[in-house]
Amino acid sequence: MAGRFTKSGRTKRSEQYFDYSLLFIVLFLMGFGMIMIYSTSSYEASMDYGDAAYYLKKQLFANVLGMIAMIFVANVPYHFWERFAVLGYLVSAVLICLVMTPLGVEVKGARRWLDFGIGLRIQPAEIAKLCMILFLATMVCRIGRNIRTWKGLGVVMAFPLPIALMVWKITDNMSSAVIILGIAVLMLFVASPEYKKFILVGAAGAAAVAAIVYAIASAPSTEGLGFRGERIRAWLDPEAYASGKGFQTLQALYAIGSGGIFGKGLGQSMQKLGFIPEAQNDMIFSIICEELGLFGAIAVILLFLLLIWRFMIIANNAPDLFGALLVVGVMGHVSIQVILNIAVVTNTIPNTGISLPFISYGGSSVLFLLVEIGLVLSVSKSIRLKEV
Amino acid sequence: MGFLMENRNDRWQGNLFAKNKTFHRKKIFVIFIICLICFVGLSARLVYLMVNCSEYYTDQARELHERERDIKAARGRILDRNGNVLADNKTVCTISVIHSQMKEKEKIVEMLCKELSLSEEYVRKRVEKVSAIERIKSNVDKEVGDRIREYDLDGVKVDEDYKRCYPEGELASKVLGFTGGDNQGILGLEVEYEDVLQGTPGTILTMTDARGIELERAGEDRVEPVDGYDLVLSMDRNIQKYATQLAYQAMETKQADSVSIIVMNPKNGEILAMTNVPEFDLNEPFVYNGTESTDGMSDEKKQDLLNRMWRNGCINDTYEPGSTFKTVTAAAGLEAGVVHTNDTFHCPGFVIVEDRKIRCHKVGGHGSQDFIHATMNSCNPVFVTVGLRLGADRYYEYFKKFGLLEKTGIDLPGEAGTIMHKKENIGMVELATISFGQSFQITPIQLLTTASSFVNGGTGVTPHFGVRVQDKDGRIVKTFSYQRRDGIVSEETSETMRMLLEKVVSEGGGKKAYMEGYRIGGKTATSQTLPRGSGKYISSFLGFAPADDPQVIALAIIYNPQGVYYGGQIAAPVVKQLFENILPYLERMDYNVRGGNEQCVGRQRQSDCLQAELSVAADIGRSP
Repeated sequence: MAGRFTKSGRTKRSEQYFDYSLLFIVLFLMGFGMIMIYSTSSYEASMDYGDAAYYLKKQLFANVLGMIAMIFVANVPYHFWERFAVLGYLVSAVLICLVMTPLGVEVKGARRWLDFGIGLRIQPAEIAKLCMILFLATMVCRIGRNIRTWKGLGVVMAFPLPIALMVWKITDNMSSAVIILGIAVLMLFVASPEYKKFILVGAAGAAAVAAIVYAIASAPSTEGLGFRGERIRAWLDPEAYASGKGFQTLQALYAIGSGGIFGKGLGQSMQKLGFIPEAQNDMIFSIICEELGLFGAIAVILLFLLLIWRFMIIANNAPDLFGALLVVGVMGHVSIQVILNIAVVTNTIPNTGISLPFISYGGSSVLFLLVEIGLVLSVSKSIRLKEV
Repeated sequence: MGFLMENRNDRWQGNLFAKNKTFHRKKIFVIFIICLICFVGLSARLVYLMVNCSEYYTDQARELHERERDIKAARGRILDRNGNVLADNKTVCTISVIHSQMKEKEKIVEMLCKELSLSEEYVRKRVEKVSAIERIKSNVDKEVGDRIREYDLDGVKVDEDYKRCYPEGELASKVLGFTGGDNQGILGLEVEYEDVLQGTPGTILTMTDARGIELERAGEDRVEPVDGYDLVLSMDRNIQKYATQLAYQAMETKQADSVSIIVMNPKNGEILAMTNVPEFDLNEPFVYNGTESTDGMSDEKKQDLLNRMWRNGCINDTYEPGSTFKTVTAAAGLEAGVVHTNDTFHCPGFVIVEDRKIRCHKVGGHGSQDFIHATMNSCNPVFVTVGLRLGADRYYEYFKKFGLLEKTGIDLPGEAGTIMHKKENIGMVELATISFGQSFQITPIQLLTTASSFVNGGTGVTPHFGVRVQDKDGRIVKTFSYQRRDGIVSEETSETMRMLLEKVVSEGGGKKAYMEGYRIGGKTATSQTLPRGSGKYISSFLGFAPADDPQVIALAIIYNPQGVYYGGQIAAPVVKQLFENILPYLERMDYNVRGGNEQCVGRQRQSDCLQAELSVAADIGRSP
């Protein structure tokens, strides 16, 4: 019962809904993102490539491609995709494994990309997030009431776990693995009527994290802790690790702190001049803070809050659980990335590479995010205003 | 797109179209609330970072972005008493290349090779090196720097800098001293007057990117440097030149190790000349000019040689003054009243003190003589007698009163102190040897300073070079004043001393310093260096003129002369030649003689006159 079908077949009085607010918020974020990418990267780009718009052009290409994909997906009734759930799951697993083959591309010491020679490098982890949302939404609907048992929960969780593990171990990308698991947990949380189990698991998880952090923080030396251990130490005291693991964080803090309330003005950042390496990537929020100040930063946060609020409205009004879960998955994806990214940039949590959705430079990230937005828009189109 | 729906799998229908129940909505709302809480928390964190910590991080960031470059201040010049420049600055250039700004590398390499006469390999290596800034050559002449600038090639940087230069080369090298790589004083007056000369460096504050490249858009913050002040010395370039010339002449004819000459105004302690030959080239202070071969020498040993080359013997080294010190014994004896000019003594050629027999330099003895003749003869037994009459305690007190135990306070670094017996260790024998200037050591400047107070009416002066500080335009910033102590000896004693010492020159052992038409006083000395019997001597002569009202006092010391080594024979003529030429010269200047002279009024004309005078003086000096 997708939008058009409903409109033409069932009742003439029900009007088609389309969430323009969501679309405009996304478009605005992308436009703002491109301005910030240009502002952040132009100096370094003109130094390195002799073209100030080098990164901007690449991002523009990905954005346009993503928008085409979004429009296509938005116009396909979302139930069409359910049949690809298992296929998508398997394809993402295969793609992750392909990173190990010669198709994989290594950038800055991390082998996370696939290059099919189509001018755009793809991060399989981004595909995995999209496929996981589709797969879990389909699966939760299939097992129905079984979700209420521990066993049901366990069975559903058993599927995202191997993908998350592969993302972590094969592409060496722990943050994407965490996001995949986070999306799964949020979708299960919505699907299940339970609270107690989730609070219990959440509390246990929080306790484990606290214990690990405490153990690392109180260890006499960083030897044997590995680089993640060192990152945690650097998080607790970035200035003590200023030349090593704490460097990026400290530079980001300089940018944020020196922005002050009103910022230095668009284009006036000093930290983007190579002090924060590749500031247009994960650390772009710190440059936003430096140039636009606290006001700009809070405005960006409010935009994301608005976006998540739209997701909630659409999810709550979705005509069925499958649609609602798709939206919840996207909502989880975007909100987890935004929260973790800002938390990393402000040194609220240890440093890990997470991009800021729609704003950070990165082709495959924005491409698949826009496909997800297309899904959400598709769900929004199936809302019958009469029933609201 | 309705056709897509036809393939719908009915088996899944029941589940996939399950109702979106109320609890689902509630849970979605819970997620939204959790997100909201997270956002509020992160916003609070941002407020903390961007408001509370803003100042701290802004400072840290500024420290990171700003680069402070010093702009060197021009070091003040050193001028002689007539405004002749003794130490100056010249502009030199440092040529560097900035890798990121270079466009025509081939042209740059070619140009730099040509202009700087460097090998292509050397230049190419530096031009092609990926670095923020690469220095090609420093201390390049300004003209070459200007030429390079005119090529106007991107990425080639010509920075101007100051380098100390000494137009007179060797002149007064050990007095003036020189400066190091950062234009800081290393030796002599350059060190002593560092504060006056160095000035305050300015700074340029620029913003740089992480590579260290300065940003053009950020305006630079400039603090202008304050140039150092000029230092005007009491030294007279012409007298210094002439004294140096005489010292070299004496060193060569007597094949001596070294010769020192100090010329001073005994009334106020202004030093007109101080030379220690061999001097060294101030423009190449690190080039050893001695006779020893430095091949294969360790760095430490080379440094040792350089240190010896730089040493100013007049103030850094002590020596046994010998008979010139009899002036002290005489002044003390006269002051204490234990001897009078008409006292009669008998010299049998020796004197016995306790168990020692101290010989007079005249083996047969001087026979019967009064104190005037004893001084003229420089008779050891007489001065031993005077010393013994004073006794150790009183002699030591005079020694102290004459300022011989403390440093003179001359404005040069590293003045050596007196090496003297402890008061309680001075027995009769020690007292006897001290009386004719042996068994202890003082610096030449110390002797000259004390002798000045004997002939100037009894005033203790502080020997010095620094007269005043002025800015570039000659405006006086500061005039130095120096300590004077009256009553070192009485006016009467001083008069007697002048008379005694004039007799030494006119009729006694210093008659080689006698000059017709001038009244000159003086005292000769010849002392054997330690260890005794080495056959090495130090000959010296202390002279002043005019004898009735001394305007100038000079000390010439010849270290280890070959052949005739008597001070009266070899050192006295040096001072004589010096006086012969500088006395007329000094009288022509308004220096000391009130009213000046009619011929030369302005400084420029006066200076011309001095030059003319000097060339005459130099001719006389050279004639045998």
